[in-house]
Amino acid sequence: MSVTILYYALTAAHVILSIAMALALLRMIRGPRAQDRVLGLDTLYVNSMLLLLTFGIGSGRTIYFEAALIIGLLGFVATVALAKFLMRGEVIE
Amino acid sequence: MSQAADLPLWAAIAVCFFLLLGATLALIGTIGLTRLPSFYERLHAPTLGTSWGTGGVVMASMIFFTVTGARPVFHEILIGIFVTVTTPVTLMLLAQAALHRDRAEGNANVPPSATAGTASGKDAPAAGAAD
Repeated sequence: MSVTILYYALTAAHVILSIAMALALLRMIRGPRAQDRVLGLDTLYVNSMLLLLTFGIGSGRTIYFEAALIIGLLGFVATVALAKFLMRGEVIE
Repeated sequence: MSQAADLPLWAAIAVCFFLLLGATLALIGTIGLTRLPSFYERLHAPTLGTSWGTGGVVMASMIFFTVTGARPVFHEILIGIFVTVTTPVTLMLLAQAALHRDRAEGNANVPPSATAGTASGKDAPAAGAAD
């Protein structure tokens, strides 16, 4: 019983988060200016992190948690570097 | 799904509730990112996914591994804390960059710079701090 409930909820969460990633990718491709593309990339990072966490619940392993943590760290660094580049024209001054 | 067989029903319902809550809020935030008209409005939408979207999925993962492992598992909360701390920093930097670019191009729909106008010297730092 609980396996069935969990299976359907995990499948629904995978589909929902995949749609969210596709919409963020759409904004990243279509975005009229550079800051829209950076914001779409940031949202794509967060959604993929959540998708990896749901994979971790589905498989019962903790390796997906570590992958999600690394994606969170690198997404933060990437967005800060891109925002700095948009403001100054260079990343390291 | 091998560990899910010994999951009691209440834990399964709680995990499903938080999982669907988090995933749905992330989807709503991303729909807002796609449909809102201007960049400064679009900037608010993905924070729905980074606040309660991440919170819901992290809480579902914590409940699942705590119940199946029969011991408290709290390391998922690292992701929640990290995302909560870093999201305002990144989005504020991005908003400052966008404002700088809009002002440099002379777009009409952004307020002028506090130091470039005729504001007095005492008001300008206060206005900058309130941004």
